[in-house]
Amino acid sequence: MAKGASSAAAGGTMKALVAWIDERFPLTQMWNEHIAQYYAPKNFNVWYYFGSLALFVLVMQIVTGIFLTMNYKPSAAEAFASVEYIMRDVEWGWLIRYLHSTGASAFFLLVYLHMFRAMLYGSYRKPRELLWIFGMLIYLCLMGEAFFGYLLPWGNMSYWGAQVIVSLFGTLPVIGSGLVEWIRGDFYISDITLNRFFALHVIALPLVLVFLVLAHILALHEVGSNNPDGIEIKDRKGSDGVPLDGIPFHPYYTVKDIMGLAFFLILFCAVVFFAPSFGGLFLEAPNFEPANPLQTPEHIAPIWYFTPFYAMLRAVPAFFGTQVWGVLVMGGAIVLLFFLPWLDRSPVKSIRYRGPIYKIALAVFVVWFAVLGYCGFMPAVQPYKALSVMGTVYYFAFLLLMPWYTSIDSHKPAPQRVTYHAH
Amino acid sequence: MLTRTLVLAAVLLLPGPALAATGVPLERAGNDVHNVASLQRGARNFVNYCLGCHSAQFVRWNRVAADLGIPEAALQQNLMFAGGKPFDVIQSAMPPGQATIWLGHAPPDLSLIARSRGTDYVFTYLKSFYADPARPNGINNRVLANTAMPHVLWPLQGLAQPKFRLVTVNGRTEQHLVGLEPGEPGELGTEEFDAFVRDTVNFLDYMGEPVKAKRESLGIWVILFLLAFWLMAWLLKREYWKDVR
Repeated sequence: MAKGASSAAAGGTMKALVAWIDERFPLTQMWNEHIAQYYAPKNFNVWYYFGSLALFVLVMQIVTGIFLTMNYKPSAAEAFASVEYIMRDVEWGWLIRYLHSTGASAFFLLVYLHMFRAMLYGSYRKPRELLWIFGMLIYLCLMGEAFFGYLLPWGNMSYWGAQVIVSLFGTLPVIGSGLVEWIRGDFYISDITLNRFFALHVIALPLVLVFLVLAHILALHEVGSNNPDGIEIKDRKGSDGVPLDGIPFHPYYTVKDIMGLAFFLILFCAVVFFAPSFGGLFLEAPNFEPANPLQTPEHIAPIWYFTPFYAMLRAVPAFFGTQVWGVLVMGGAIVLLFFLPWLDRSPVKSIRYRGPIYKIALAVFVVWFAVLGYCGFMPAVQPYKALSVMGTVYYFAFLLLMPWYTSIDSHKPAPQRVTYHAH
Repeated sequence: MLTRTLVLAAVLLLPGPALAATGVPLERAGNDVHNVASLQRGARNFVNYCLGCHSAQFVRWNRVAADLGIPEAALQQNLMFAGGKPFDVIQSAMPPGQATIWLGHAPPDLSLIARSRGTDYVFTYLKSFYADPARPNGINNRVLANTAMPHVLWPLQGLAQPKFRLVTVNGRTEQHLVGLEPGEPGELGTEEFDAFVRDTVNFLDYMGEPVKAKRESLGIWVILFLLAFWLMAWLLKREYWKDVR
């Protein structure tokens, strides 16, 4: 009795506090708009976990990053030793560092799966073009973030990786060499470069990233989520104005995403605790040697999430006495993805109702992307050179010919209501 | 389609036998950082045979003692021959400048050698010294050709002799090193010597990442906790989703 009364009183106080805040800040309104009364389609499948998981990893990267910054020294003389200091002498430093390094790879894996989901179900199509563009900007920003971050341990692969990527800008005509010097702030990758990459990695890009993620979520909540059937649930609303196939994000998707998070964490922690280097894929062996400007590693390969684009870069031969073509192809491969919403001309969004041409084209695309990723790891010899060329050609054909083959492809009519079987 | 992609990826990524840069197949070290007795023997070997020239500047003596269950008195008496404080890092007595003059190359720091080169590499390297009269010190190494390192384990392993095969390349006959064969025997038999090197590599592996054993033991509990958490999250989700028709 007494207990019930006191908790009721506590509830009353809580309500009063929320009311006090609501008069001054739209707390309840925001909660309802984005969580409690945000109606998401009820037929999300496994592909719909990756967005919330990527958000979780972003937060984890920021938090672990803050703690790493407390012990890391952004100077050429001290950086390598400070990372080892974190690994050995800082309390739980090893865990913080592995969460961060594994988190980087997990982030890319999740983002790739998240993007692929959009390609499966046409999530980039009208009215979600801007949502897709914000997403692509996040991806671009993430690539920069990963690249700058990779220099910070100041290992030999950090050093030579940065050397290779920065010199790509040197292939640009006229401004090339000046631009490279401007990026490095020096005539070679030096303490100055490390210092500025640190600044970009820990504050400039994370800030942009957080704002872009906010814009991405706001755009999503403005137009509403797509779903595996690729139809608009807002087209069919009940008398209360709520989409018939929509369910409130909270509690249904909050509990579902927590379940997904738990599953992801099992896999993630298996890597962190049992294979943090992941056989040299997440932490490369030569990076356990300090940066040495006089000794190139036997074989320079970028970290796995960049290898498909690195393979494209190397697939293009130099002509007219310049390597710039490979750089343009690599850049073009990313830029083209921005235009996906307009390249796709299919009358239906979801792969469930598309014809065989797109299904096959997408499946082959996935295979070639994986092959490109593998070739990017390997030295530039045969058969990897030939495979890289074929992969690059397919990548561009898939995107550039999309307006044509998606408009001649057959399709099945999409249903009026989403496909959902209650469990 | 996804399955097909995954299978393809798995086939492509499956590791073949690892090769050193010289193309020599590497033997598996087969060491285990959970084996404390092996680590203690490895620490002894390291102090006796490596520390003369090599440092491990990221490793503290008292961390080694704590992780390997060595009392501090025993640490100072049996391992820290050059004196110093228990919290000092492992520093060789050989001055690096002199080392370069004597050997032509300062001996690398061994803190991270097992991580940068891999345990299999170090294991095979330490077993691959052979007699080569063409070299200034009469020694060469099959894994790292023309290594500056002398055959420190000679008294234990003995000195292997190279096996050559004559190969004709572009009309020219060349001598190719195809393997090693036992020469002058050492104090230890082949298996004993392998065990000796394995213990040493185990200690190098430990030094590369002192927390490795703890990380793996802790990981099991983390995964078990997450499995329980996942089960509860699944039950909660199922309960809520009963309403969704």
